[in-house]
Parts: sequence; structure tokens; C-alpha cells
Amino acid sequence: MKALRNIVDKLKPTFSKGGKLAFLESTFDGFETFLFVPNKTTQHGAHVRDCNDMKRTMIVVVLALVPCLLFGCYNTGIQVGLEGWTAFLYGLVRILPMIATSYIVGLGIEFTAAQLRGHAINEGFLVSGLLIPLVMPVSTPIWMVALGTAFAVIFGKEVFGGTGMNVFNPAVLARAFVFFAYTPQMSGETVWFSDWKMFGAVDAQTGATALEQLATKGEMQWSALDAFLGFIPGSFGETSTLAILIGAAILLLTGVASWKTMVSVFVGGAATAYLFGAFGAFDYPAYYHLLVGGFAFGAVFMATDPVTSAQTSTGKYIVGFLTGAIAILIRQVNPAYPEGMMLSILFMNALAPLIDYYVVEANIRRRQNRVKTVK
Amino acid sequence: MASKSLKNLTAPLSGNNPVIVQILGICSSLAVTVQLKPAIVMGLSVMVVTAFSNLVMSLLRNGVPSRIRIIVQLVVIAALVILVDQVLKAYVYDVSKQLSVYVGLIITNCIVMGRVEAFALQNKPWDSFLDGIGNGLGYAAILVIIALVRELLGSGSLMGFRIIPESMYIAEGGFYSNCGIMLFPPMALIIVGCIIWAHRSFNKDLQEK
Repeated sequence: MKALRNIVDKLKPTFSKGGKLAFLESTFDGFETFLFVPNKTTQHGAHVRDCNDMKRTMIVVVLALVPCLLFGCYNTGIQVGLEGWTAFLYGLVRILPMIATSYIVGLGIEFTAAQLRGHAINEGFLVSGLLIPLVMPVSTPIWMVALGTAFAVIFGKEVFGGTGMNVFNPAVLARAFVFFAYTPQMSGETVWFSDWKMFGAVDAQTGATALEQLATKGEMQWSALDAFLGFIPGSFGETSTLAILIGAAILLLTGVASWKTMVSVFVGGAATAYLFGAFGAFDYPAYYHLLVGGFAFGAVFMATDPVTSAQTSTGKYIVGFLTGAIAILIRQVNPAYPEGMMLSILFMNALAPLIDYYVVEANIRRRQNRVKTVK
Repeated sequence: MASKSLKNLTAPLSGNNPVIVQILGICSSLAVTVQLKPAIVMGLSVMVVTAFSNLVMSLLRNGVPSRIRIIVQLVVIAALVILVDQVLKAYVYDVSKQLSVYVGLIITNCIVMGRVEAFALQNKPWDSFLDGIGNGLGYAAILVIIALVRELLGSGSLMGFRIIPESMYIAEGGFYSNCGIMLFPPMALIIVGCIIWAHRSFNKDLQEK
């Protein structure tokens, strides 16, 4: 640890003002604050002051994603007929190139943009870079992952001013771009199964995901317990509701994500699903909707994004509830897309600032009225 | 040709471009740019309409009372659009079918009426005519750039000819796939945004503070 600190201190003058490589100051600063907690404190503005900087906060989210990641690897192997450690190894070999691609492309763009603007490299894409591979189907070609990441970082983040200024969640945007750009590779019956015959994987089985089966046949071939534990086909991270709940517990115990958003997404989704069920829109139990597809994953890791979600307390309840409700609405009413979570999160990302605005306005009006009555 | 007249022709090509600087005619540039051929035809049609409506209105400018000028402009522009529509139907029927209502909708294209109001009513016929040609060309240029990107990436062809070989596609055992989102209008809007971005980073005087 000490040796590393010494190296960093020795290099520092080269990258500071007047040094030979001064134009790379942001990049150096990015690496330094990645390795060591910075000693700078926020000087002005209405910030919450805390001993943690943004990188340390974001790493908690990455830790919370680890259960999903590990189980996703295992399940990917299970789905091609492997067992035990080989199954896990198979999934790991499939996802590692995707993770590497998304980090290299995303961080490359992020560092370049911060350098050009002379900004400090902050959150530095740590969470989005891991979320993107986790929401992609197993067989997505690497170059599509790279293109989706680049689109999301440039048009979702950098054009709005970089970290903290983005209107849309970059990970959902990457998934939406790839989904609409390469629909044949992203949906349909064959994509969820791998075509790599490694470690003795059986020939690609074809079959619809649980969500598609529910939408077309009104039932699924897996039990609710399988769907809860995650032994169903789907994107890497989204299948196991149990692993997602472990992640949610980590996020809530450390106070990184807002429980208000998370709970109201589930409440909104459940209420809408039961409403549809009560009117006889489907025959299976309504709670299936919370177990299959990307609902739980989106609710825990994406709807709670501190930048794109609502900032006010009341706003969080409203945005969360509507995110869940619209997701189920799209699943039930729109025949073109079996999964509604991605679109509903993006839609509520766009509406969140408006809802915040009216919440703040209403608060101001209430307090003004209070002053009037006192007079 | 006096240099002042020439400026009417060249200014709208870049510095005062109708689409990316005046932000006029955005809707049709999203609608007709899925392929290159209709985009070129559309650009030329708009150029003809702006040029001649500018010319006619400039000739009439001293005789038309300003209270009824909008009606007169509409009659002139509508007559020209119908002429263009008939010519397209006669000579390039397939493209005319692809463009469908958008030829008729040239009449509502903001560029046409915008140039008549802003330029032709205050200037001499020759200058107005050049201004119309210039704005039409500026519009056509942006349409061609957007359509180039959209057709190449969305369909893998240009002017209907295959550029990206069939053998590269996933269905044929390759790795490539067309970017389907390019066929949707929202992507055209993002391309317009990119063109504006590039254009303003070269022309710093256009940047808003």
C-alpha cells in the first residue's frame, strides 16, 4: 500500500500544472482517486457532506451486483445442459469479454471527454459498465455490446454534460439501442441459448423465455420457485430474483439506493398486475410478473439510479410507482414487446425532472399558505 | 454576377443553412431520408419550389397589399408544388410513390414560406431567385448527408445498390447486421444533431453563449 502511494506521489508533479504531461491531469487524477480516497472536501454548493466520495459509493453498487453476476454465470451454463463448476466456468468465459468490452469502450469515451473538458473523472462508469453486460442476452456479439455502450455514453451522458448531468440511465439506454437496432439478434426464440459448444455444451436448444411464454401461451414451463431462484433463460443478471434481493439488501443497508423508489416500483408493478389479473387479462398468478423478465433487476438497480430518478421524497414515490405500473402495462397491452421494464424506466427518466418540479412547487405553495393563515 | 448576388447563393449552403442553422424543414428531413434516392429527389423538388416562389413573389411584391400577402403566397406555392408533383409522377413514378404525401407537404415546408417572407418580399427578383436556389441546395445537402448515413447503416446499400456484401451478414454466416434503428425517424433527429454539433464546432461564431 505504502509503495503504491509513493509511486503515485512521485508521478504527481509530472501530471500537475507545468509538468510534462499536464494535459493528462484528469486521467491521472481519475486513477489516483480510484486507488486512494481523496483528501479534498467539497467547498461550496448544497451537497451532502460525507467521508465517502462518489467512487466509493458506486463500488457498493458493484458489490451488490456480484451475486447476480455469479449466479448469472452459473445459470448460463445450466441452460446449455452443463452442471456444477463447468457450468459456472462456461458462463464466466461468455461474460468476461462483454464486461471487458463495455469497460474499455465506456471508460475510453468517459476519460477522453473529461480530459477535453478539463473535468475530474468522477463516477467513471463503474456501475454502468457492469450493468450493460448483465442486461444483454448471452449470445449478443461483442461488437454490438461495444456499439450500444458507445451510443449510451455519448448520447445519453456526454452530450448532456457528463456524469451527474445525464437524463437517461446509460445502461438502460445501451440495452434499448441494441434492442431496437438489432431486433433479430435481441429477441425471438433462439437468442437466449448459446451457440458455443465449449466444455461439452449440448446443442443449442431453442425455446421462448418465461416472459414470452406467459405472453403467448398464458403459462410457463418453469415453476414459480425456479423463476424466483433463477433457473430460467434470460439476460445474464436478470434471471434470479433471489440474487437481486441479496443485492437490494446490500444497497439498502448501506443506504446507497433509495428504499422509497425500490419499494414503490414493486408496489406499482404488483398493483397493476393484480388489477389486470382481477379483470381476467391472464390466468397465471399475478406475482409471476415480479419474478420473470427484467422487472426485479430494473427495480433494484436501474430505477434507483440517483441521477436519473426523482430527487424529492414525494417524487420518488410517484416515479417509482409509475415505473412499475407502466412496465406491467406495456407487458400486457403492447403485443410487440414482451418486456416493458426497459421502456418504462426510460420513460420515467424523462418525466422525473417534471415530477420533481411540481413536487417542489406544491411544497412552496403549501408553505406560502401557512404564512398567510398565520397573518 | 456581382459578388453580392453570389453571396445570396452561397450563404445558405453553410453559414445560414436552412436546416442546421435556421432549424427549418426538420420534419421532412426526418421523413424522407430512409433512402438516398428519394432524399435527392425531395431536395431538388424543394429547391425548384423555393427558387420559383421567391422569384414570383419578388416580382409581385410591389403589387400585393401586405394584408393579403399570405393568401397570395399560398396560391403561388401551391401551384408550384402541384406542378412539381405532376412532373415527378410523369418521370420518376416509383420515387414519387415512395415520397407519397411528402411532395404535397412541401407547401407546408417552413423553408419555402420563410424565405418568401424574410427575403423575397424585400429584394429584387434575381437576388430572390438565387436565395431560393441556395436555400434549396442547403436543404438538399443536409438531406443527402442524413440519407447517406441512414441508407448505408440501415440497409447496407446506397441508391439501391448493395455496398456491404451479402456474405458479411449473420444470416449468411458472417458477423454483420444492419442497424435497424437507423430506419426509424428518431435516429434521423440524432444524426441532424450530430451534423449541427460538427458544423458549430467548425463555425465558432454560430455557437450560442
